[in-house]
Amino acid sequence: MQTRTTKVSLVLGFLCILVAAATPALAQTKPASSIPTADLIQPADLAAQLQKSPAPKPVILHVGFRKLYAQAHIPNSDYIGPGGDDDGLKSLRERAAKIPKDSAIVIYCGCCPWSRCPNIAAAYDQLRALGFTQVKVLYIADNFGSDWVDKGYPVLKGS
Amino acid sequence: MIPPRRRLVAGGALAVLLAASSQAGSSAAGPSPNGSAPDFTRANLSGKPIHLGDYRGKVVLLNFWATWCAPCLAEIPTFVHWQEQYGASGLQVLGVSMDDDAKPVKRFLQKQALAYPVVMGDVPLGQLYGGVLGLPLTYLIDLQGQIVGRYQGETNLTAIESQIKALLPRRKN
Repeated sequence: MQTRTTKVSLVLGFLCILVAAATPALAQTKPASSIPTADLIQPADLAAQLQKSPAPKPVILHVGFRKLYAQAHIPNSDYIGPGGDDDGLKSLRERAAKIPKDSAIVIYCGCCPWSRCPNIAAAYDQLRALGFTQVKVLYIADNFGSDWVDKGYPVLKGS
Repeated sequence: MIPPRRRLVAGGALAVLLAASSQAGSSAAGPSPNGSAPDFTRANLSGKPIHLGDYRGKVVLLNFWATWCAPCLAEIPTFVHWQEQYGASGLQVLGVSMDDDAKPVKRFLQKQALAYPVVMGDVPLGQLYGGVLGLPLTYLIDLQGQIVGRYQGETNLTAIESQIKALLPRRKN
C-alpha cells in the first residue's frame, strides 16, 4: 500500500514538474497582494457607487481576458486586455493616454482567485507608473461570476 | 430488500455526492445540479470534432481551464493521473481551454501532452454552461449525462476523486 502511494506521489510530482516547465511565465507573475489595501474597492461599494445618480462615475477598465469579458462585464467598462502580457499593457497605455491623470479609475479582472490573478497587479503598477493618482482595484476574492454576477450587481454581455 | 452491504455502499456514495455538492457551492449562473449537461461539439487542437454526447455512458470530468490560470495548471497533473487510473473503468476527462487564442494552448500541449482531449472553448459554450466567469471551473457528469457536481476555483480534489469513484460503474466479477 505504501509502495503504491509512493508511486502515485512520484507520478504526480513528475507531472507537476512537466506542467511547471511548460508554463515558465506564470512563475514571474506579480501577486495581487502587492497592491496596497487602501487602493482596493469592494464589489458592494463599487456597485453602490454606480447606482448613485448623478454622482460622477469612475472610468472602469477590464484588464482580463476577452472571452470572460464577453460573457459578462460591468456596464460601461472598457475592455483593455490582460495586464499580465505586453499587448495588454500596451493597450492600457494607449487607453490611459486619453484619461486625465487625476481621474478616478477602477480596474478589474476576476479571472481567477485574487491571489492567483496574473493581470491585476501589473495593470495597477502600470497606471501608477504613468502618474495616475486615483486608481482603485476591484477586489474580487474568487472570480467575477461569484463575487459580482451572482450578487446581482449590474452586468452587460457582449464585446 | 437491499442487502446491508449494498445499502452501506449506496449510502456512502450518496453522502459523498451530497458533501461534494455542498462544497462546490451553487451559482445562479451555472446549470443546475442534476440537470442534463448541455451538449456541444468543438474541435480539438488538431481540428478533430469532439462531441460531449459521445461520452454518454461514461463519467465525464469537464474541466474549463486556461494556460494563464495557475490553479488550473496545478490541477492538470491530477486529472491526467485520474484519466490513466480510471479511464478503463469509465472515466473520461475533457478539457475546455478558455484561452483567447489557440497558440499558447498548442505550445502548452506540445510541451505537456495530456492523456485526454482538449478543445477550444468560446463565448457561446461558456454561456451554454451559464457563464464561465472565472477559472478553474469543473463539472462532473454521470453516466446518464446529468450534472452531479460543479467545482469553482481552487477546490478539494480528494472530494472530487471520491465522487468519481462512487459514480463509476462497478466491474462485474
